[in-house]
Amino acid sequence: MKELCYPFSEKAVRALKAGDAVSVNGKIWTGRDRFHKHFADGGALPVDFRDGALYHCGPVVVGMRVVAAGPTTSVRENPYEPDFIAKTGLRLVIGKGGMDARTLDACRKHGAVYLQAVGGAAALAAKCVKRVTNVYFLKEFGAAEACWEFEMCDFRCVVAMDSHGKSLFEDVRKKSEENWRRMTRP
Amino acid sequence: MIKRIADFIGRTSSTLPDDALNALKAAYRREAKGSSAKMILATIIENAKVAAEAGTPLCQDTGTLTFIVDERLRSKATPAVFAKAVTLATERGCLRRNTIDSISGASIDTNACPGAPVVHYVDNSSGAIRLLMKGGGSENMSAQFSLPDAAIGAGRDLEGVRKAVLTAVQRAQGYGCAPGILGVCIGGDRASGYEEAKMQLFRNLADVNQDARLAKLERRILKDANSLGIGPMGLGGKTTVLAVKIGARPRLPASFFVTVAYLCWAARRGEMKV
Repeated sequence: MKELCYPFSEKAVRALKAGDAVSVNGKIWTGRDRFHKHFADGGALPVDFRDGALYHCGPVVVGMRVVAAGPTTSVRENPYEPDFIAKTGLRLVIGKGGMDARTLDACRKHGAVYLQAVGGAAALAAKCVKRVTNVYFLKEFGAAEACWEFEMCDFRCVVAMDSHGKSLFEDVRKKSEENWRRMTRP
Repeated sequence: MIKRIADFIGRTSSTLPDDALNALKAAYRREAKGSSAKMILATIIENAKVAAEAGTPLCQDTGTLTFIVDERLRSKATPAVFAKAVTLATERGCLRRNTIDSISGASIDTNACPGAPVVHYVDNSSGAIRLLMKGGGSENMSAQFSLPDAAIGAGRDLEGVRKAVLTAVQRAQGYGCAPGILGVCIGGDRASGYEEAKMQLFRNLADVNQDARLAKLERRILKDANSLGIGPMGLGGKTTVLAVKIGARPRLPASFFVTVAYLCWAARRGEMKV
């Protein structure tokens, strides 16, 4: 288990390989569909994401207490993420399901990785949120789409796309494609 | 009644049904030692325990709420009662503020408005209210095919149905939180196909289809889907699908739809006797 602490340095991120188990600690921000669209439309970002982590997550929050905070499907952010990584200097993208070749390429170019959290395991993830330190766009986007700032402790993920061009999802997709062909051909 | 239904929503949101939990435990035993599949399944099972103990949502996407209500309960469990129960469950943190006005983009913070939650009154003499909470990630992976479909070599027969369903699973990869549960409808029109496919998701995962032909098809597709190698969360493994449930509706001569309702492993399904 490799421990990562905010701010995440390029050196630490470049040292990660697809398949590594990691524990994420310190500050992270959530951002999903509305947040990415806002960015793509030229909207201002509320914080400096350099050496930061962006978590694709729409949590359940009661007052300022997080009760459920698993990842949402990341593919929907494919059109926006490469540009986001290039412009902000983001180091960690956390979500589920993986992202496309363009995002993989941006990770390689700019020194970022994609971490897979276990989809649906929201109660466990919520236990890793030690504190909610801020929230942005709550009124504009609603609670599920807002940009929440969390203090995380021992949030466990797997490096699924590294900064050297390797994606675990791509390997599985190719293999399953072959199996599917074999099982469906006349 | 409002409070009772709100409690029922809370329980359903935080508790995995026994049949789903058993299927996950069996999958955990099947996966190879040290594999990411085994690790992911262990996390899923641990999460179910933590959520049930704390009474907090199993998954943050508390999903579309579909209530199937015995129509004899209509006077007690009115649409207004469901709206109030959902509002209360949301205030309690059992539901995420999860409803968006599709035109303005505004959040409907109570989760209650015309069209949400979905309530169907049916003549089933069950004396019960049934609830399915289905998340958006899995709903996005649901699919409908119109046969024949030359691109996947699927003709208008049960073999074509098998190919269509496997194609849906292949396209879904890990995006809909695999291992998934497949509700399938053969036939119907486009709307009733999705309705029947979703209704299949109310079945107990361990039951056996009363139609022997469909029971056989369910077993075959389950075996094939788990040979694809997609695995939990799309990171590889032996468990891609936990169960396949197939129903049928009559069709027009011109149409042959195969509809797949993809449900994530977090199969939040409950029944409340009234």
